[in-house]
Amino acid sequence: MSSTLPAERPPLTRPKAPARSPMAAPRSFLWTRRVFLTLLTGFVLLPVYVMVSSSLKPLQDVSGEFRWLPSGLTIRPYIDIWSTVPLADYFVNSLIVAGAATVCSVVIAVFAAYAVSRYDFRGKRVFSVTVLSTQMFPGILFLLPLFLIYVNIGNATGIALFGSRGGLILTYLTFSLPFSIWMLIGYFDSVPRDLDEAAMVDGCGPLRALISVVVPAAVPGIVAVAVYAFMTAWGEVLFASVMTNETTRTLAVGLQGYSTQNDVYWNQIMAASLVVSVPVVAGFLLLQRYLVAGLTAGAVK
Amino acid sequence: MTTTTATARPGARAAGTGTPGAARGGRRPGRLRRIGLPYLLLLPALLLELLVHLVPMVIGIVMSFKELTQFYIRDWGTAPWTGLDNYRVSVDFDAPVGEALLHSFLVTCVFTVLSVGLCWLIGTAAAVCMQDAFRGRGVLRALFLVPYALPVYAAVITWAFMFQHDNGLVNHVLHDQLGLTDKPSFWLIGDNSFIALLVVSVWKGWPFAFLIVMAGLQNIPRELYEAAALDGAGTWQQIRRITLPSLRPVNQVLVLVLFLWTFNDFNTPYVLFGKAAPEAADLISIHIYQSSFVTWNFGTGSAMSVLLLLFLLLVTGVYLFLTSRGRKTADV
Repeated sequence: MSSTLPAERPPLTRPKAPARSPMAAPRSFLWTRRVFLTLLTGFVLLPVYVMVSSSLKPLQDVSGEFRWLPSGLTIRPYIDIWSTVPLADYFVNSLIVAGAATVCSVVIAVFAAYAVSRYDFRGKRVFSVTVLSTQMFPGILFLLPLFLIYVNIGNATGIALFGSRGGLILTYLTFSLPFSIWMLIGYFDSVPRDLDEAAMVDGCGPLRALISVVVPAAVPGIVAVAVYAFMTAWGEVLFASVMTNETTRTLAVGLQGYSTQNDVYWNQIMAASLVVSVPVVAGFLLLQRYLVAGLTAGAVK
Repeated sequence: MTTTTATARPGARAAGTGTPGAARGGRRPGRLRRIGLPYLLLLPALLLELLVHLVPMVIGIVMSFKELTQFYIRDWGTAPWTGLDNYRVSVDFDAPVGEALLHSFLVTCVFTVLSVGLCWLIGTAAAVCMQDAFRGRGVLRALFLVPYALPVYAAVITWAFMFQHDNGLVNHVLHDQLGLTDKPSFWLIGDNSFIALLVVSVWKGWPFAFLIVMAGLQNIPRELYEAAALDGAGTWQQIRRITLPSLRPVNQVLVLVLFLWTFNDFNTPYVLFGKAAPEAADLISIHIYQSSFVTWNFGTGSAMSVLLLLFLLLVTGVYLFLTSRGRKTADV
C-alpha cells in the first residue's frame, strides 16, 4: 500500500528538512546563525529560568531586590501552593474541561473533515469559509451574547451552562474546531483514497472505512489537532474569567488568587505556574514532531 | 526564479483540489442512500459553530442597537431600542468614550504591526537558520517551542514578575547591574507598559511563526537547492532566491492569522496588567471588556465589538484580495 502514497506526504515519524546546500555553508552564514540562535535561546530561556529559580526561593528573596541565585534553596513554595488557594480543585477543573473539550473537538473535527475531504456536496465551500472565518471574530464580540444565551438557556430549561464546566467545555471545543477541521481536511486529502475505497469494496460502510482505515492512517494529524485543542482549552483566560464560579474555576483564573492577597507570594506564583505548565509543555514537547508533520501535510499546503 | 518555484506548486496543490472530483467519479453502490451522509457528518460541527459563534454574533449585532444596561440584563429582550445611538457614542471622537476608543484602536494598530512584524521576522530567521542539520538542532527546536506550549497565564505572570518595579529582573539588570537608567522604571504602568506588552507578545508569538515556517520549508523540493547550487548560488543566495519566495503561500496565511490573533489578543494584556490596562497599552479587546463589564453597558460594548469586526473583515478582505492577486500573477 505504501507505494501509492503521494510524494508530498511527509514521513510520519521524523520530518527531515531538505538540506539547503550540498556545499558547505560560508563562514558569514555560520557566524550569523550562531550569534542569532544564541541570543534567541537567551531570550526564550530567561523567563523559564526566572520561573524555575524563583519557585525554589524563600519569600524574602522574591520580595526584595531581584537575585539571580537564591540565598537558599527551599521546596516550601511547592507545598504551600496547595493551601494558599485550592489549586488542586482548579487543576481538576482544568483537566476535566480541557480533556473533555479535546476529545469532543477531535471527534467532531474528524467527522467534519472526512465529509469535506471525501464528498462533494452542496454548501461545501460555504461551510469551509464560514468555519474558517470564525477565527476572525473577536472573542469579546460573542462573549457578551454567549453569556446571555447560557444564562437564558439555564433559566428556560434548567440546564446550567453558565458557571458550569459543561458550558466551558462547549465553548472551548468550538475554539479549536475550525483550525482542527482545516488541518484535518488537508491531512485526509493526503491519505490515498484507494485505501478507503478498497475497504468499501470489501463491504465496509463509509463510517467503518473512516474509523478503521482513514483514521489510523492520519494519526499524526489527529494527534497534532488534539495537542492544539488541549492547549487552547488549558490556556484560555477570557471566557474562564467570566463563565466560572467558585467551584468550577479553572487554573487560568485560579492562578490570580496568589496575588490578590495582601502579600504577593511570588515564589508560590512561580511554583504554581511551573506545576500547571508541566502537563502541557511535557505533552507538547513529546508530540511536537507530530504537530510539525501534521502542519506540513495539513495546514501548510 | 519565480517560474521555478511556480512549477513546484501546482503539483503539490493538485492533490488537494483533485479529490472532490475523484469522489464523484467513485464507483460506489447505493450512492443515493449516502447523499445525506456528508451533512450528517458535518451536523455536530455546524450546530456547535452556530450555538457558540454565529448565533451569539447575530445577537451581538442586535444588542448593539439596544440600550442594554444592567437593569435589562435579566431579560435583555425588553431593553429599549436606541437605533444608532451606541454607534454614535462609540465614534464621537470629541466625547470621552469615542476618544478613548480611538486611542485604544490606534494603540492596537501600532502594537499589532510591530508584534506581527517581529514575530514573523524572528520566526522565519530561526526556521531558515535551522533548515540544515547541525548538532543540537532537535534540542534547540524543542526549546524554541516552549513559549508557545506554556499556558498564556503562566508565561505572562512570569513576565509580570520580571517587570516588577522593586523586585523584578528587568530593573535589576537595567538599573542595578548596567546602570542604564537613573532610577528603577515602572514597566507595568505608564508609557513603558507598551514596551513590556510588546516584548511579552513577541516572546509568546514568534514560536508559532517558527513552527509554521518550519513546516512550510519541508515542502520545498530538494532539487531546487541542488539545481541552484549547480548554477553556483551560495547559501545566502539560495535563501533569498529559493527559500523566501517558496514561503510566499505559507506567509500569506501565517501573517493573516498572526494579525487576527494579535489584534484580538485579550489574554496577554489581561494577565500582564489586570483588569485596568494602562493607557499606553490599552488594547482594543481589553478596552471593550472594560467598557462592558465594568460599566455594565453591554449595548455600547457590542457596538464597539461590531465596529471591530467590520474593521477586521475589511482588512482581511483587502489583504486577501491584494495577496491573492499578487500570487496569481506570480504563479500562473
